[in-house]
Amino acid sequence: MDIAFLIESLAKVLIVLGFVLLGVPLIVWMERKVLGHMQDRIGPERVGPFGLLQTIADGIKLFMKEDLVPAQADKVVFILAPAITVITALVALTVIPWGDQVTILGRTVPLHIADVNVALLFVLATTSMGVYGIVLGGWASNSKYPLLGGLRSSAQMISYELAQGISLVSVVLLAGTLSLAQIARQQAHMWYVVPQFFGFLIYVISGIAETNRAPFDLPEAETELVAGFHTEYSSMKWAFYFLGEYANMMVVSGIAITVFLGGWHGPVLPSVAWFLIKLTLFLFFYIWLRATFPRLRYDQLMGFGWKVLLPASLLNLVVTAAVVAL
Amino acid sequence: MSPVDPNSTAAFIPILMMVVVATVFAGGTIAASHFLGRRVNTPAKLMPYECGITPVGTARDRFHTRFYLVAMLFIVFDIETVFLYPWAVVYRQLALFGLIEMVVFIAILLAGLVYVWAKGALEWD
Repeated sequence: MDIAFLIESLAKVLIVLGFVLLGVPLIVWMERKVLGHMQDRIGPERVGPFGLLQTIADGIKLFMKEDLVPAQADKVVFILAPAITVITALVALTVIPWGDQVTILGRTVPLHIADVNVALLFVLATTSMGVYGIVLGGWASNSKYPLLGGLRSSAQMISYELAQGISLVSVVLLAGTLSLAQIARQQAHMWYVVPQFFGFLIYVISGIAETNRAPFDLPEAETELVAGFHTEYSSMKWAFYFLGEYANMMVVSGIAITVFLGGWHGPVLPSVAWFLIKLTLFLFFYIWLRATFPRLRYDQLMGFGWKVLLPASLLNLVVTAAVVAL
Repeated sequence: MSPVDPNSTAAFIPILMMVVVATVFAGGTIAASHFLGRRVNTPAKLMPYECGITPVGTARDRFHTRFYLVAMLFIVFDIETVFLYPWAVVYRQLALFGLIEMVVFIAILLAGLVYVWAKGALEWD
């Protein structure tokens, strides 16, 4: 390890932070545009070309908005909670490889911030910490809707985390490593989605539930809970929950791409381009689901997680293990 | 190969950098919006939101035991999931022994799931 390594790492950290800060407005714009067209509307079109700057304008507006901390709230936790959501999402992104290694000035630079041998476990651990941001935010507001929303949300997230974790174990079985860089490298000829299609399905469903997205956006069921855990939040703190949600979508998509969809592998185009194409398609899929499915009822949601996905993921693991052994 | 051994503690230094950068970014942004935004606080505005009416009772109330139950079940199953990871990594070296051991382990896990299911712990109505 040397100074060059530290500078290189810091540069990559800033690139990823910049990518998230620029990427999230773009995803939000894409979501509004796609949803608009799917519902036979046009979507944002006034601010900038094709309405591209709409989300930037919204961001600036939020920045200047009144920053309310309710009188009865637990002030420290209330301010800390949205920060936890954003920080954990950003930290989880550090181990996802977004491209093959490149040579810059005679130096080989791997295109992920950190190459650790427990990368997959690290992502799961970090995203689990994200639950704290939501449950603490709901609790600290000291208001009824946020409390219920926060409880629901945390129960949902921990329930689907089980199936998500076990569906990933099946790929670890095939790969024999937890390093995401190595898992990505192994898929040069065959993507793990082929032998693990069932595992991929379980992962995608639980990943969508993990990020509280439609049709699993129960915490934000506005007809019953106003806005769920962030009812009392305003200004930049509210924007942080928003940013955290989209950054978490990037994490879930990034893991799905790296573990199941061949990572940055692809013909002709450079590896980073392939990663970005797959990321865009996966996020488009997220939006497509939102436009297609109605929201589940809470008991259906919990029942589905515990009674269908969890046994299915265990079954998938046993079958995979048996096939690998024989 | 990356310049730093993925097995060493040094491989985590870039992650630590991200933790610091993300914390500074989050703290800075929240502080900036705190000073930029205009604030006119009135007692009514600082009340908890309850669809416009005066809040009734307290939010620090009891909530349903189901949530505790889910949390407890989660801890049990999550710890067992964590046990599966090291097993999966060395699975090819363990061969048949690993398969039998893990089938027994997962069978116990499934028996637990069937038990809580039969007890009605997974019902939400």
